Amino acid sequence: MTKPSQIEQFDVQAVNKAGAKKLFAAAKKIYPKRVDGKFRQLKWLIMTVTLAIYYITPWLRWDRGEFAPDQAVLVDLANRRFYFFFIEIWPQEFFYVAGLLIMAGIGLFLVTSVWGRAWCGYTCPQTVWVDLFLVIERAIEGDRNARMKLDKASWNFKKFRMKLTKHIAWLLVAISTGGAWIFYFADAPSLFVSFFTLNAPFVAYSTVAVLTATTYIFGGFMRDQVCTYMCPWPRIQAAMLDEESLVVTYNDYRGEPRTAHRKKHANDDVSQVPMGDCIDCNKCVVVCPMGIDIRDGQQMECITCALCIDACDSVMEKVGKPKGLISYATLKEYDQAAAGKPVQNSVPILFRPRTLIYSAIWCLVGLSMLFVLATRSRLDVNVLHDRNPLMVQLSDGSVRNGYIVKILNMEPKKHTAFLSFQGLPEGFMRIEQEGTRLVKNGESYKLMLEPDVLRELKIYVTIPQASLPKLDQAFKFVAEIPASEEYHETTTKFHVKKY
Amino acid sequence: MTKRPIDDITGTETTGHEWDGIRELDTPMPRWWLITFYITIAWSIVYCVLYPAIPLITSNTKGTLGYSSRGELDKSLQQARDAQTGLRDKIKSSSLAAIITDPQLFSFAKAGGKAAFKVNCVQCHGSGAEGSIGNPNLNDDDWLWGGKLEEIHQTIKHGVRYEQDDDTRLSDMPAFGKDELLDKNQIEQVADYVLSLSKNSADASSTGAQIFADNCASCHGKTGAGDRSVGAPPLNDQIWLYGGDKKTVMESIHNSRKAVMPAWTHRLDTETIKQLAIYVHSLGGGEK
Repeated sequence: MTKPSQIEQFDVQAVNKAGAKKLFAAAKKIYPKRVDGKFRQLKWLIMTVTLAIYYITPWLRWDRGEFAPDQAVLVDLANRRFYFFFIEIWPQEFFYVAGLLIMAGIGLFLVTSVWGRAWCGYTCPQTVWVDLFLVIERAIEGDRNARMKLDKASWNFKKFRMKLTKHIAWLLVAISTGGAWIFYFADAPSLFVSFFTLNAPFVAYSTVAVLTATTYIFGGFMRDQVCTYMCPWPRIQAAMLDEESLVVTYNDYRGEPRTAHRKKHANDDVSQVPMGDCIDCNKCVVVCPMGIDIRDGQQMECITCALCIDACDSVMEKVGKPKGLISYATLKEYDQAAAGKPVQNSVPILFRPRTLIYSAIWCLVGLSMLFVLATRSRLDVNVLHDRNPLMVQLSDGSVRNGYIVKILNMEPKKHTAFLSFQGLPEGFMRIEQEGTRLVKNGESYKLMLEPDVLRELKIYVTIPQASLPKLDQAFKFVAEIPASEEYHETTTKFHVKKY
Repeated sequence: MTKRPIDDITGTETTGHEWDGIRELDTPMPRWWLITFYITIAWSIVYCVLYPAIPLITSNTKGTLGYSSRGELDKSLQQARDAQTGLRDKIKSSSLAAIITDPQLFSFAKAGGKAAFKVNCVQCHGSGAEGSIGNPNLNDDDWLWGGKLEEIHQTIKHGVRYEQDDDTRLSDMPAFGKDELLDKNQIEQVADYVLSLSKNSADASSTGAQIFADNCASCHGKTGAGDRSVGAPPLNDQIWLYGGDKKTVMESIHNSRKAVMPAWTHRLDTETIKQLAIYVHSLGGGEK
């Protein structure tokens, strides 16, 4: 066991300490200290996984046949298609993306109500990249003290070299961040080649430039400022917490009063001098990437990354006190513990009305999207009735209506389709681009559909005078692809009167 | 300057405003935020110098870059025109028949014709070319002067009864009533006969039939099928340019109808007229 006196003491003050703020305050630079522990390990793991997903995804291949790109995840803006593994989405099916966003939103509510701002602390891109930038900074300039010393030192070759190395490394990370993004929007291997041979489209370079700039500035310079001043989530997420959400908590009933210089009291009767477990070493403050002091209680700046827990646990271990002076706890648990009652198991926080409702909504949205996806049709027919004029009377007294029929073959395969109309017994249609053949009610017209295209047909439907209905008559266009058992009908109207 | 009260809890100055005991803190701005704000101010000054910005009494400052939104519009219009020159030249040099067999030229011509129609033709023929009383519906299959591409093209070029154009479509039905060629009774009888032609119930032995054969058949044909070479409308179909009730038909016979369509060759260029012909032909009634 290490004696308290051997624990390093840090001279540091929280950025948001009362009285520390001035009008037009300059941001106080934070030098987060390296820390080890289980939450740090978790952060490394999540950082690796998220970065890997980001960088690797565009390079995954997926064979879709000869008429579609073979990139597993591709947002093909030029051709208005979105590919996600076995799913191909057309623009009118964009609601799937809306559904995913709704699920992401509700998922965030759910996670926040259970684990507090876990999103902010572990998975938010800002957090992940700031962490990455810090790793680089630490590797080049050293840990907290070395960095502070370096910043204070006057400029010399060594300082210049270190700073230059750091910024070059940061810029490389920033460029590869922006660089990876563009591969989601075009065939990754060919874009990779054309990008470096300067043949890529301008938008690729401008996207990389913008993302490089934002990554470099946000990750290298603004860091916590982005979270505190630019991001709306801390304000929204904080409002979603309740007394049963896990948050990083300083257990002050155990820590207070803080006693920095225990040596002075070494000979005193402990019962006479009240001493909390907190030795006021400030390690929780120096490791905080947001520069706050968790012992001031929950505060907006806290991203719940739990590095202070790791720091404090390591100190508690050294001074021979139980871990968990700073811990993840719900307000309820904190209250119970502070009152000296036994703390109930924290598992039930997963199962309370709020989380169950969020989970139910989340599952409902997900399942209905899956259902729609599983039963969706890859053939679609849209019919637009000519509006002006609604109907045309012909010289023999028959009435003609014009339609634009759009047939969508949403599969990357050639298909033979049959188009017919039903519900106008004496009527006949003529397809303008397809010559003069007249098609009667119920007869079908054979069409070749190119893969993955929208085919637009101008169709005239005529009813002879003798069999004209008295009123507007509903009927339907039917399109079928026998090969894939696709069947689609669209109801429209035949107008017999001028309005 | 009086010192403003300090909030005890945060140690921050307050603005001195108070609502129900709640005082507003005057929390300092982050420096980067302020710098950004100052940059936007500097940017706006630069912008005001470069671009037209400040309204004066009769005009406004022009800016040193010489930018104007009207100029931009002219430029983009010119760009659009330049981008079309290839197609327009092709339209100019190709025959109508050749244009409709080339899918690219055809769709370009149709779109151009539609745009020109919306500017020049809708005043009489309606925005959907559906026509109105006295102005033919161009969607149907009834054509006074012919519905083939060339015939439509000719009509647009030279107009109908447009005296300034020597090649105009010209027809002149006598005003049987006004010129006292037929009396009111005869007009009524022939009107009845004409309407029965349309209903396919004409009685050739009637007085009306005789009057028709003597006065009308020379242009409208013995069966009332009309004659496109003189622009005489068919009378045995269901389409009536001025209305198919007896009163209107009698009025037409009494006064004769002489609607005028201007010749467009003097106002529109060759390509546009070709495009218009193709558009009108494509509306559903075009003949081969």
